[in-house]
Amino acid sequence: MSNLKESLDSGKFTLTGEVGPPKGTSIETMLEEAEHLRGKVAAINVTDIQSAVMRVSCLAICVKLKEMDLEPVLQMVCRDRNRLALQADLLGAAVCGIENVLALTGDHTTLGDHEDAKPVFDLDSVSLLKAISTLAAGKDIAGNELDGSPEFFAGAVVTPCADPIEPQLIKMEKKIAAGAKFFQTQAVYDPAAFEKFMKKAEKFKVPVLVGALLLKNAGMAKFMNASVAGVNVPKALIKEIGSVDKKDRKKKSVEIAARLINEMKPMCQGAHIMPLGWESLVPKVVEQIDAV
Amino acid sequence: MILTSRKKSKEIIKWCEDDKRLFVLICGGCPAGAETADPVGAGKLKEALTQKGVEITGELTVDFLCNRALLGERLGRHAEELYAADRVLVLACGVGVQATASMVELPVVPGLDTVNRGGIHAKWPSEERCQACGECVIAWTGGICPKTTCSKGLLNGACGGTTDDGNCEVSDERPCGWKLIYDRLKELGRESDLLKEMPLNKYTKWEFPNELRTTTRWALEVDEYGDPAGAQAE
Repeated sequence: MSNLKESLDSGKFTLTGEVGPPKGTSIETMLEEAEHLRGKVAAINVTDIQSAVMRVSCLAICVKLKEMDLEPVLQMVCRDRNRLALQADLLGAAVCGIENVLALTGDHTTLGDHEDAKPVFDLDSVSLLKAISTLAAGKDIAGNELDGSPEFFAGAVVTPCADPIEPQLIKMEKKIAAGAKFFQTQAVYDPAAFEKFMKKAEKFKVPVLVGALLLKNAGMAKFMNASVAGVNVPKALIKEIGSVDKKDRKKKSVEIAARLINEMKPMCQGAHIMPLGWESLVPKVVEQIDAV
Repeated sequence: MILTSRKKSKEIIKWCEDDKRLFVLICGGCPAGAETADPVGAGKLKEALTQKGVEITGELTVDFLCNRALLGERLGRHAEELYAADRVLVLACGVGVQATASMVELPVVPGLDTVNRGGIHAKWPSEERCQACGECVIAWTGGICPKTTCSKGLLNGACGGTTDDGNCEVSDERPCGWKLIYDRLKELGRESDLLKEMPLNKYTKWEFPNELRTTTRWALEVDEYGDPAGAQAE
């Protein structure tokens, strides 16, 4: 049984973390980072060739985390594999005891470091969720009976601060119809905007874990405002993170993340903490989150 | 000459859902040559649709739907019958369907699938693009093709990469295809189309059968082989 599912079912404010596989086979540092998250989060997302930059297979890393008795969330994008490979990998994940899957469409190939590669997108996040549901019900998506069916706890992503918000809500509804049982959001830095979104999304009665991305410096904030769709760091926060010396930035970053989570805690069912390399700070963030 | 194949009446009705009144618009260009929208075939289709409960409010054949001025002028003369319908059934290649959709304030339904562009490489005269995927789905996307306008060819809505300006994550010079579709569906009052489960791409249809591997010199091939599907005769 998935810890993540259990935690969300119990109504507890649930936290998830994230690690990024390296470009190569030297996974020791990454496994140490995962170790920092033990006991602090219900499950750890493992990204799948994030931003179309080639990295070691996230399925392999999820298996490594299971060996360490940590609970992974297998992220799965549709950019690189066709419907055959996606189903095969899902069955493979199940065979290795991996239950949590986050279904994503995936950044376009041209955004990464192998821009001439063939973009696949045979399925998208919605049809991938449908495929997950279909496999769990004992058939593949071509209608053939399975010899042994998997169990999954599937989730998807939503961008609460997108403008206009209606298409996000429509697609969220579509993902739920296709089988999404939880959502982790894109990074949110504006609790008021998040509140507006949650008022509309509440009716779906599906748990939402708000995205908390550790702000490292003013430059990162400005970059995200300029280049990352649906992420808006308010001026006041840019000023705040820019106001401290380099040596105090980590402390300030933790403070901001915890404060934002605390403010949005009453609005949702959990938080997804994205440390972007600062995994060792996650326990400190968790400490500063108000008890229920 | 762009090659098309006929959709069955059952499939057309599925795409139409609750829309029971159709205006039938036929392209007298390529589909006539491909014999997919000829008077006999189109007649049979209309009969089949009528038997299944469809009311045809009017009909018009225009030489080339991809000729905007011609299309606009001809359609204008049939405005009353046109707007008595819930939807326009367009017997044309993907470009013709998209061109029609951009000119009328009604949802459309393609009556044909485009299977092969027949070796035409001329400069495209307008915004519409068709990649001859063999299964036209634009009845539910406001008459805008998601396979060509979306860089990822997604079928279920925009990805998370649409920029704040409504452009594609791949290039600022390209609008997000699904944003165009959403805006158009809003204009038509059909946002609920976005919730529909779209069929997956059938890549077997992106390759066309040998008998359709004709060229624009089809008339010569008729001469040489005795019928348009010359290769099959061999």
